[in-house]
Amino acid sequence: MTSKTNHFVAPVEETPLLATDTLKTDQAPLSLWADAWRKLRRRPLFIISSLLILALIVIALFPGLLSTVPPNDDCQLANSEGGPTVGHPFGFTFQGCDIYSRVVHGTQASLSVGVLSVLCVLIIGVTLGALAGYYGGWVDAVLARLGDIFFALPLVLGALVITQLPALRENKSVWTVVLVISLLAWPQMARITRGAVIEVRNADFVTAARALGVSKFAALVRHVLPNALAPIIVLATLNLGIFIVAEATLSFLGIGLPPSIMSWGNDIAGAQSSIRTKPEILLYPAAALSITVLSFIMLGDAVRDALDPKSRQR
Amino acid sequence: MTTPDIHINEADRTEPTPLLEIRDLAITFKTGSGEVHAVRNAHLTIMPGETVAIVGESGSGKSTTALAAIGLLPNNGAVSGGQILLDGEDIAHATEKRMIELRGNTIGMVPQDPMSNLNPVWKIGYQVKETLRANGRPSGPDDIARVLAEAGLPDAHRRAKQYPHEFSGGMRQRALIAIGLSCQPRLLIADEPTSALDVTVQRQILDHLEGMTSELGTAVLLITHDLGLAAERADKVVVMYQGNVVESGPSLELLRNPQHPYTKRLVESAPSLASRRIQVAKELGVEASDLLAPAAEAVAADHVLKIQDLRKVYKLRQGLGKSTDFAAVDGVTFDVTRGTTTAIVGESGSGKSTVAKMVLQLEKPTEGTILFDGVDTAALKPAELFKFRRRVQPIFQDPYGSLDPMYNIFRTIEEPLRVHKIGNKASREKKVRELLDQVALPQSSMQRFPNELSGGQRQRVAIARALALDPEVIICDEAVSALDVLVQAQVLNLLADLQSNLGLTYLFITHDLAVVRQIADHVCVMEKGRLVETGSTDDVFESPQQDYTKALLNAIPGAKLMLPPEVA
Repeated sequence: MTSKTNHFVAPVEETPLLATDTLKTDQAPLSLWADAWRKLRRRPLFIISSLLILALIVIALFPGLLSTVPPNDDCQLANSEGGPTVGHPFGFTFQGCDIYSRVVHGTQASLSVGVLSVLCVLIIGVTLGALAGYYGGWVDAVLARLGDIFFALPLVLGALVITQLPALRENKSVWTVVLVISLLAWPQMARITRGAVIEVRNADFVTAARALGVSKFAALVRHVLPNALAPIIVLATLNLGIFIVAEATLSFLGIGLPPSIMSWGNDIAGAQSSIRTKPEILLYPAAALSITVLSFIMLGDAVRDALDPKSRQR
Repeated sequence: MTTPDIHINEADRTEPTPLLEIRDLAITFKTGSGEVHAVRNAHLTIMPGETVAIVGESGSGKSTTALAAIGLLPNNGAVSGGQILLDGEDIAHATEKRMIELRGNTIGMVPQDPMSNLNPVWKIGYQVKETLRANGRPSGPDDIARVLAEAGLPDAHRRAKQYPHEFSGGMRQRALIAIGLSCQPRLLIADEPTSALDVTVQRQILDHLEGMTSELGTAVLLITHDLGLAAERADKVVVMYQGNVVESGPSLELLRNPQHPYTKRLVESAPSLASRRIQVAKELGVEASDLLAPAAEAVAADHVLKIQDLRKVYKLRQGLGKSTDFAAVDGVTFDVTRGTTTAIVGESGSGKSTVAKMVLQLEKPTEGTILFDGVDTAALKPAELFKFRRRVQPIFQDPYGSLDPMYNIFRTIEEPLRVHKIGNKASREKKVRELLDQVALPQSSMQRFPNELSGGQRQRVAIARALALDPEVIICDEAVSALDVLVQAQVLNLLADLQSNLGLTYLFITHDLAVVRQIADHVCVMEKGRLVETGSTDDVFESPQQDYTKALLNAIPGAKLMLPPEVA
């Protein structure tokens, strides 16, 4: 390689010539979801959080499995702020109710508020966001301003106002809390959906589908939305944790669930009076709340990493 | 050097040392799925003032080799063997401090994409100044203007105060060349410096780069996928394949007498090499006319598409309520004969893609008519439009964007059948299998997803999808532009085969005249929304009438390289 006119040819066996453009067939087919699942099931973060969530769902559906003590029936003031005893491992509240039983039975309300709010937010936010992003123009302008109005209302302030409406004030239940949270939280989901849809709507495969004769709306449902799903799913899992906290906040302020429904928020509110004398009464519902929210946020993080298109191969 | 003899004698006496010598270079990347050997046993030599080109397809390791020479490998990549000798000093494992000393002053770089390699928030002048200052050179306004002017930017003082978005692609590339050469390095690495630019701009830029480097005595390491361009611009060509150097030598010798099977294949397929191009074109022409001759005579003037005075005006917004009209397409008239290929050629912004969109009924023309089979397409009712879609199908440019990543190959090809409610589940599956056979993809690929396929394979899937409804006309919008040369040749052959077997009509939109030569029967040349020349491919290529067409033809890299031996 010293001479200028050297013509070097590598031995053919060194770099065997492959047929141009052969298809790799040595791997199983990989869809976005299969790929994400393959990544997820190896992540400890995902395994731990999903096991915790699975346990929480079981507790919410069948609280009787963990606690045989009915939570409210045998509250005795004699036991007020009592310490742990046999059969009552966490002790008693100010009202003399079993804390363990209340925490177990409170799971149901907290989880249902979280899950139902996320579902409502998904329905409202994804529909409006997708329409705004896909059609653009005046649809986008109207929906975006509508969303901004709700976006500008702080959650607690908005909830204070809405729950004072006569119709809601009289019938507080899980559903009113879900209504309040969904009403105030959908714009964020709509914005994320809108952005994701705008990113996809001009892709060549959407144009190709339109040229095949797919109608404009069908292209949105069949091609645009499935490809915009990743950020939506991530936001939904993160929202679950946030909405459970929101319920606790509202119940603590007395504008959430009525005291007759057991929830962690109500229990935290109830522990106020004993916070100086018996802080551990506050500890148990607060810990349950933290663990739940933490698992949903960890799940959201893991799912986000798995669905991140940048980390996809090829 | 008045005579060659003296030059050789001098060279013999002084034994010139190579400026850059790469010996047995191996580069390894650590990825999630283990180590990847991106480059193995690469070697090349660049003498001072010499231009050497590395040619290879995407993934061949050509850019990685060059990045290693300037010490800019990604974090997960490292030189795992061999030497990179710069003036005899091994810089393969040089410290970052030493590399910073070398970069700019000794080794300059012109990156690939002029659109993303200038920082959009800084003025051009500042970005030049940054380079000059980093290398301890005078960096006053006059120095900056001088550097930009040398790179061929007119009115350099004013230009230096502008932002990158105010520059066209060619001007940005000039600015990047100015930055790369501002400190008068002894070696310039140019990584696909013009692949994002139009051919005529590419020619200007390369001419200018050649002039500047020969004046300064700069050696150039040119990285390109285009063998014709490499042969035209470089003294020596190094061909890389799968991370290995498979052949290297003086460019003309390598081009005329390729030894390695891969190089042979590359030379045969390179669309920019004239003699091969004519051969392929004639072969295809003969084949097509043989098969279509009787039909063509019977329906002498069967124009499946008649386009008359087509005009498309976009309103450009300029502040509140104000807008100016911009005619993207202006007074375009041409006919497309059934069973032939008509190519629309033009540079970016010539309006050729807008014509395609209007023919596909994805955009409405402002004025003019498009007659498909004698029917004005503007008057089609929704139900008729739905039927029209069955008969006219598109193939798009970007094989990575035109397939829905969530659909597997079976669903992608089945979709048009399902949308048009053709057949039942079993018959649709049978049809998909037939289509895969037609485009030479294994039937086992049905369950795969687009991200598992290469660019060429995806384009085959796109072709299969377009063929699913047995259309009469296929509109190919830059359908092969994004593919590697060998794959491009394969896809063009596939398209030609399908045309002769199925009697398809193609409307082929492209910027690449070399591709036109291979596939088209008729050519329409567009410039700035207007049709400047139309005619049969042979006429336009052999005796272009308009200056613009001549300029386009002259700009094809390597166009004249292979002609002399062929003529002689």
